Amino acid sequence: MKKISTLVLGLLAVAAFAQDKTANRTLPKVDVKTLTGETVNSSTFDNAGKPIIIDFWATWCKPCIEELNTIHELYPDWQKETGVKLITISLDDARTMQRVAPFVNGKGWTYESYIDPNGDFKRAMNVNMPPQTFVLNGKNEIVWQHVGFAEGNEDEIYDAVKKVAASK
Amino acid sequence: MKTPAGLKVAMLSLPGIICMQGFLLMALLFSPGVSAQVLGGSIHGNVQIDGQYYLTDSLIGAPEVPEHFLCNGFANFIYERDNFSAGLRYENYTNPILGFDSRYKGNGIPYRFLDYKNEELEITVGNFYDQFGSGVVFRSYEERGLGLDNAMDGLRVKYNPVNGIYFKGIIGYQRDFFSKGEGIVRGADLEWNINESIKALDSCKTKFILGGNFVSKYQDDQDPVYILPKNVGAGSGRLSIIHGNFNITGEYAYKANDPSASNNYIYKDGSATIVTATYSKKGFGFTLAGKRVDNMSFRSDRSATLNSLMINYLPAMTKNHTNILAALYPYATQPNGEYGAQAELFFNCKPNSFLGGKYGTDVTVNYSRAQSIDKVATGDDYGYTSDFLKTGKEIYFEDFNVEFNHKWNKKFRSIISYVYINYNKDVIEGRENFGHVYSHIGILETTWKMNSKNSLRIELQHLYTKQDKQSWALLLAEFSVSPHWFVAAFDEYNYGNKIVTERFHYYTGTFGYTRGSNRVQLGYGRQRAGIFCVGGVCRQVPASNGFTLSVTSSF
Repeated sequence: MKKISTLVLGLLAVAAFAQDKTANRTLPKVDVKTLTGETVNSSTFDNAGKPIIIDFWATWCKPCIEELNTIHELYPDWQKETGVKLITISLDDARTMQRVAPFVNGKGWTYESYIDPNGDFKRAMNVNMPPQTFVLNGKNEIVWQHVGFAEGNEDEIYDAVKKVAASK
Repeated sequence: MKTPAGLKVAMLSLPGIICMQGFLLMALLFSPGVSAQVLGGSIHGNVQIDGQYYLTDSLIGAPEVPEHFLCNGFANFIYERDNFSAGLRYENYTNPILGFDSRYKGNGIPYRFLDYKNEELEITVGNFYDQFGSGVVFRSYEERGLGLDNAMDGLRVKYNPVNGIYFKGIIGYQRDFFSKGEGIVRGADLEWNINESIKALDSCKTKFILGGNFVSKYQDDQDPVYILPKNVGAGSGRLSIIHGNFNITGEYAYKANDPSASNNYIYKDGSATIVTATYSKKGFGFTLAGKRVDNMSFRSDRSATLNSLMINYLPAMTKNHTNILAALYPYATQPNGEYGAQAELFFNCKPNSFLGGKYGTDVTVNYSRAQSIDKVATGDDYGYTSDFLKTGKEIYFEDFNVEFNHKWNKKFRSIISYVYINYNKDVIEGRENFGHVYSHIGILETTWKMNSKNSLRIELQHLYTKQDKQSWALLLAEFSVSPHWFVAAFDEYNYGNKIVTERFHYYTGTFGYTRGSNRVQLGYGRQRAGIFCVGGVCRQVPASNGFTLSVTSSF
């Protein structure tokens, strides 16, 4: 089993020395669940060439809810101006995942919502703690990310989205 | 967008970077990079470091820390190219911070994997996390804040031959701190999404998802007295029916006889049943859930205790409170037997209605309860018998809470909550003769958005109880300057303690800086002894006094 470590370390070391500077990082291929239990692969997230925001949250995470509530009010304008789509990834596990659909609907959020009950997508995206927000360009490449939320951060997110929308 | 230099620094000094070589970390931290591109693929990762410098404070019962400074740290690195990915986590727990299991001492690379995935098939070798259904039979997962990690080390195959059919097979050992458990865990799960697989049903309003799994563990028996089963099997079946806004999901799990340290070596079989029904539409949501757990502790080593080597996950069916005083008495699942039920109602009072005001009000009402199952002792090796439909007399936990989230105007928003908790200290903490703690908690939280950059949040919390350490009051203030800075302070005051000399103030000040996905937090304070829980799994944290440093970064 030591061999796997050595192999992985070796690969990473080679990788670190052989960096080229062309393409950006895209989304990993990880299965997440819809609110009705269907399996969807994260690599199929799509917004027809327009920007995407991916937001990791949980029903037990207060700043996450604040962030999504704040954006909820601005979302119609953001969509109109840039065509952006916000995708929420809930980190609720078996304890609270059944709460996610009623919670999202109760809040009246209109985001595209998924659940990552065992943290597979979270790990693949290197998320430490929610909320963590990513902005993707039209090619699904990650161009911006941010951890935490405080009032006013929504402007920063939107600046990143506008930049992407303008650079098309 | 890319900073190869910063990343190289991190790569070359991986083992040394954590805790010790803070300056290298800073080099990494303040590089604005998001990820690096290598060999046509990408490399990315995250780092987290939590350190604490301990001061002497015998008054609050803080233990002496001979090392003075204790630290937890880890870093993940993932390489991805097309259908291939590989990754590892280096962990440094050479002197874990207080409250972590003392067996979690060591450093190294306990997590590494190679993974290949195409449209139909995924193969993982090395470490992986996964769960079958809701996890009542098998779940390997990590909860880094608890020091809990039962990652599998072995082989996993996922196969999706046609639309709607998902197969998973796993085999391996479980991680146990910096070593592995001796038991072998193997299992398979099949999920059938009927509407996805049958085209004619695809547009049907009613959807069905069926699933089933079987997991078995093998551990040699060298017990001189008992004949213990070397192979123990468990399995479950699950069904979800979704009709428009209705959803009902149920899972029933059964475990063969499995004498272990957790159940005092009885030969009785085990079972778990979980049923959840939800209904929701815009502005309204309702959840009703029930569960019964009977002798369902399932570990790959029969002698394992605490949070070690658990194969399955039995979630607590109670609200996960985030406010400090509401989380003072948290519930932990009782795997040897419990009945649980929870009901929750969300609704939105529309703007200009009675409770709505100008901007509307979100209301949440939640009730949950956990109590014993019926047990009749048999006096033999089977331990007891239990009538499935009968509850026991003892209440373990009860929680009623209501929360109003209201926006007054463009600048002010408040959350007002009331929580009642009935906490069976004897059962939950494994003590004797403490009895129940009945507490009433009131919380008022107000956020003042001063302008587009600055905001101030004030929390007032009060907990009233006649038991345990009696009443507490808490005042918290947090000032943030978007997008980078925040400063927060709180004082938790045990003013009602009957022992006047133990009416302590537990005060904490924190200062944080965030830039992109990098975050540094510095704090100083006194922490009370308490129980820290995630998902119904808990750890005890002793009292402490000192400086804390926390750094997280994704790159």
